[in-house]
Amino acid sequence: MPTKPTLKVVSDAPAGDTAIDIRGLSLIFPTPDAPVVALSGVDLSVKRGEFVSFIGPSGCGKTTLMRVIADLERPSEGHIAVNGVSPGEARLARAYGYVFQSPALYAWRSVTRNVTLPLEIMGIARDERLTRAAKYLEMVGLAGFERKFPWQLSGGMQQRVSIARALSFEPALLLMDEPFGALDEITRDRLNEQLIGLWERTRKTVIFVTHSIAEAVFLSSRIVVMSPRPGRIMQVIESSLPARRTLDIRETPEFLAIAHRVRDALRTGHSYED
Amino acid sequence: MSAVGALAPAPADAGWRGLVRNHALPVAAVVGAILLLWFAAAIWLNAPQVAAKLDQSGAPWSARDLVAGTWSMERPVLPTPLQIAGELDKTVLRTAVTSKRSLVYHAAVTASGTLLGFALGSLLGILLAVGIVHLRVLDKSLMPWVIASQTVPILAIAPMIVVVLGSLGLTGLVPKAIISMYLCFFPVTIGMVKGLRSPDPLQLDLMRTYNASPAQIFWKLRWPASVPFLFASLKVAVAISLVGAIVGELPTGAQAGLGARLLSGSYFGQTTQIWAALVMAALLGALLVLAVGMVERWVLRQMGARP
Repeated sequence: MPTKPTLKVVSDAPAGDTAIDIRGLSLIFPTPDAPVVALSGVDLSVKRGEFVSFIGPSGCGKTTLMRVIADLERPSEGHIAVNGVSPGEARLARAYGYVFQSPALYAWRSVTRNVTLPLEIMGIARDERLTRAAKYLEMVGLAGFERKFPWQLSGGMQQRVSIARALSFEPALLLMDEPFGALDEITRDRLNEQLIGLWERTRKTVIFVTHSIAEAVFLSSRIVVMSPRPGRIMQVIESSLPARRTLDIRETPEFLAIAHRVRDALRTGHSYED
Repeated sequence: MSAVGALAPAPADAGWRGLVRNHALPVAAVVGAILLLWFAAAIWLNAPQVAAKLDQSGAPWSARDLVAGTWSMERPVLPTPLQIAGELDKTVLRTAVTSKRSLVYHAAVTASGTLLGFALGSLLGILLAVGIVHLRVLDKSLMPWVIASQTVPILAIAPMIVVVLGSLGLTGLVPKAIISMYLCFFPVTIGMVKGLRSPDPLQLDLMRTYNASPAQIFWKLRWPASVPFLFASLKVAVAISLVGAIVGELPTGAQAGLGARLLSGSYFGQTTQIWAALVMAALLGALLVLAVGMVERWVLRQMGARP
């Protein structure tokens, strides 16, 4: 594991307009019986400030693709650039914040100290750490819970802490892997609304993995529909919805039309078959 | 931590009063049953000797004489709890602590060996676990030896340790502490290996996304995650440290320590003295485990554990 704790400033100066560039990417996991093709021939380009969702059934490689972007997996072949450099270099430059399926909070740290964890590792001064923690906890609606420990929070609150933690070091790229998958629908709706508001204000590049069609359509400016065996991209659907969205938008014909297209694309990928 | 209290109001039955109400009766019943059985066993085990003695005296004797005799022998096979209490009263309360006849003095000697061995053993155990978790080579090469070390009977190896260290000029506290350490590093190593490996893959991935150094991963993730495992191990370790220290006092023909009292008791057939030393050792052990438990509660409370 490359581990030099050098602190590079994440440059916001555009290395072009492209945040992520993927061409001909494949990933094969060797297993004892037969190698598993997790990703095959993936081409994708994400511009700065876009909100892109990966949607598809289990095993379509959407989480794997995100882990490749985060340098948590190495591709078998193909080209990938994050902010114009390799994913490894981007990770060393702390270019992205990762939100996992489960909050992955550290049980022995208070809410504030969970949020300041990446800042401690990056060697940011204590005062600045606390300021940032307060700012981002406020942003995810958790002001007043600073001194609580994770077990004292509900699942939705824990996931919001993990989002504040990912925001705290102000990465230009946010990778979210089914962050609301384990939550009830009501909580999920509210967090979706908060997330779209956050994106609208900060205009970070967001990659969002989900298997909810409604969630993908509601949040995204582009929807990448994926299909399993082998994991590949079926179709990329542009959203015509306005940037400013509330939950009501899900009743509009436009929303339903996009959702229908996503469902059709999933069907052509045999996602509804066994 | 006031917020915690507010979230989780203490149930009405908590605290000392609840403890007494919930536990006092069953505990008293068990203690009573044990004492009853003990007195009965003392009659049964001591009766042959007492009967022989009464026969020798020639005078007629009743069952009452027999029972009274079995409960007041000079050197009984099994002394009664009262005799042991009497011995404890004599050697703990009525003897100056500095005197060589005081059990408190002997307990303190053993406790110092125990604590030094416990400290050394815990340190060794933690260091071995850190090595095993971080270096694949050590995992493969060291673990079998760690396990094999515990299959050697300590009673067999203790005299050799004492002799070898004695020839190096180390006597008294150090050999005892070494034997103690030999016993107590094992549970610490096993517990800490498990504890240091307890963070889940996502928590480790998170550190990787921050490009954290191995030292940061250790101090900010693996070490705090292992603390509950550490304390569980330490409670076992401190108890067997005491066993180690007592065993370490036997082959030295030691002049001081609970082990020495056990040994001299058995030389001179002073069973009451042996039992008194055993009770003292049990109390010392309970005290040590209790102390570790209190430190555990305090530390975990500081780390935000669910009360």
